[in-house]
Amino acid sequence: MAQIYRESALVLGRERLADGIFSLRLQTERIAAECAPGQFVSVYCADSSRLLPRPISVCEADPEKGILRLVFRVAGKGTKEFSGLEKGDKLTLTGPLGNGFPLEKLAGRKVLLAGGGIGIPPMLQLAKALSGGENQASELTAVAGFRDCLFLTEDFSPYCRVLIATEDGSAGTKGTVLDAMRENDSSPEVICACGPAPMLRALKQYAAEKGIECWLSLEEKMACGVGACLSCVCRSAEVDEHSRVKNKRVCTEGPVFAAEEVEL
Amino acid sequence: MSQNMSVSIAGVTLKNPVMVASGTFGSGIEFSRFLDLSRLGAVVTKGVAITPWEGNATPRICETPSGMLNAIGLQNPGAETFIKRDLRFLEQFDTKVIVNVCGHSAEEYVDCVRRLADEKRADLLEINISCPNVREGGIAFGTDPKGVERITKEIRKAAVQPVIMKLSPNVTDITEIAAAAEAGGADALSMINTLTGMKIDVRRRTFALANRTGGLSGPAIHPVAVRMVWQCAQRVKIPIIGMGGIASAEDALEMLMAGASAVSVGTANFHDQTTVLQVIDGISAYLDENGIGDVRELIGCVR
Repeated sequence: MAQIYRESALVLGRERLADGIFSLRLQTERIAAECAPGQFVSVYCADSSRLLPRPISVCEADPEKGILRLVFRVAGKGTKEFSGLEKGDKLTLTGPLGNGFPLEKLAGRKVLLAGGGIGIPPMLQLAKALSGGENQASELTAVAGFRDCLFLTEDFSPYCRVLIATEDGSAGTKGTVLDAMRENDSSPEVICACGPAPMLRALKQYAAEKGIECWLSLEEKMACGVGACLSCVCRSAEVDEHSRVKNKRVCTEGPVFAAEEVEL
Repeated sequence: MSQNMSVSIAGVTLKNPVMVASGTFGSGIEFSRFLDLSRLGAVVTKGVAITPWEGNATPRICETPSGMLNAIGLQNPGAETFIKRDLRFLEQFDTKVIVNVCGHSAEEYVDCVRRLADEKRADLLEINISCPNVREGGIAFGTDPKGVERITKEIRKAAVQPVIMKLSPNVTDITEIAAAAEAGGADALSMINTLTGMKIDVRRRTFALANRTGGLSGPAIHPVAVRMVWQCAQRVKIPIIGMGGIASAEDALEMLMAGASAVSVGTANFHDQTTVLQVIDGISAYLDENGIGDVRELIGCVR
């Protein structure tokens, strides 16, 4: 079993990126050093009347400095609490959790990273990992889909070509990430995606039709975050070795799955 | 001062009165990264049936104030995998193992209990006749005194290990159910399972859980659990394992004083994986601070 740590991280800074979207930089002891692209952390509320941890994907991890960056949407009272943290505050985390994207299978290939809304942040760390070094992709494109306000797109620019789709047409292609891919004649060998279920469903179907390899990062409500409670399962195509039924744990077997492994 | 933390449940000695509640801890495999399972009084495993169960659709959980609702639906890998993987894993720890058993019918409970008969690592059996999330998954047997007495007798006859009946709080008078389980031959009681609840997502204008209803657990239900344990402790002679929202040593002490011989920490494991250790250490510290040499002196001391 890979190591998982529970740590009290130090808040180095907080930034508001867009309406309801916040970025936290955290100093960790071990988590950032051992975090792979696509993994996530459980974040705990200081107010223990909110007792479940919030699973948040890792946007960036600097292994040398031990700095972790989380970008999240304020969706309720827990994430509201995190959005009010200040430099110098402490935040309890468990991580790194789950399995990230299979870097060795992406190396040397034409890779497209698709992020929708709050599914965009984990793609940044993946873009960095595939933009150079031993797992460098032969061609790397990120496509980011938004409702309206953009965030993080400039962070991607140093690492890859960036395509943008907005529902209201205020920037880039009017429509979905798939519309942006079609408009730009994107022809990847592999797609890696994180975003809302309809987007993942559409990409899975698109990839199957075109015979493209596809990896999806799923989201589900979690309680323990480490594989014990069976809250966060997804439907799997085959009987899972752990569960012995057609269910896989998003927190443990996932959150990244081969598209054909899961039913959406 | 020397201190005794050990308690006995149905002839099985636990090194301390603190265990984990079924369904919140798996079989301890995942939590063993965070704590030494040998420190626990017992590990209570997630409910297992004779065959694998798929459980309910997602979302299976949602948070509520100082609690949560769950409707996992007793997903489990079946007795064979559980024995080969989970019970084998637990052999390496110096703790007791309580295997929680579920079924759709009396026959399924009996089959599972029989399958566990030769398993030395299963020290006690806890029978879930109180899951609110599976029709015929327990609650059907657990809310009628006659039904409880009947199924307890059948399981008692088939079981080699001592039998703990886990009771539902979703009844008019839980002492009637407790008395029925005792009359059926139960060696001990676990109480309480979750309280049936519902949350509506007002943004989506639908149920927060795919199952519509779920079981409420966490600190929100603790006072209800203490009251029910106290009531049943007055009524039955068999030992009671108290659970329901225990998140601190103080919560556990309340439960012991109300009449529980041991306690289980459940939902609080999700907030901090090491809660159960804090509860053990906190009880020990309380004994020291109050000059009490034996934890058993606290059991049922509030009448």
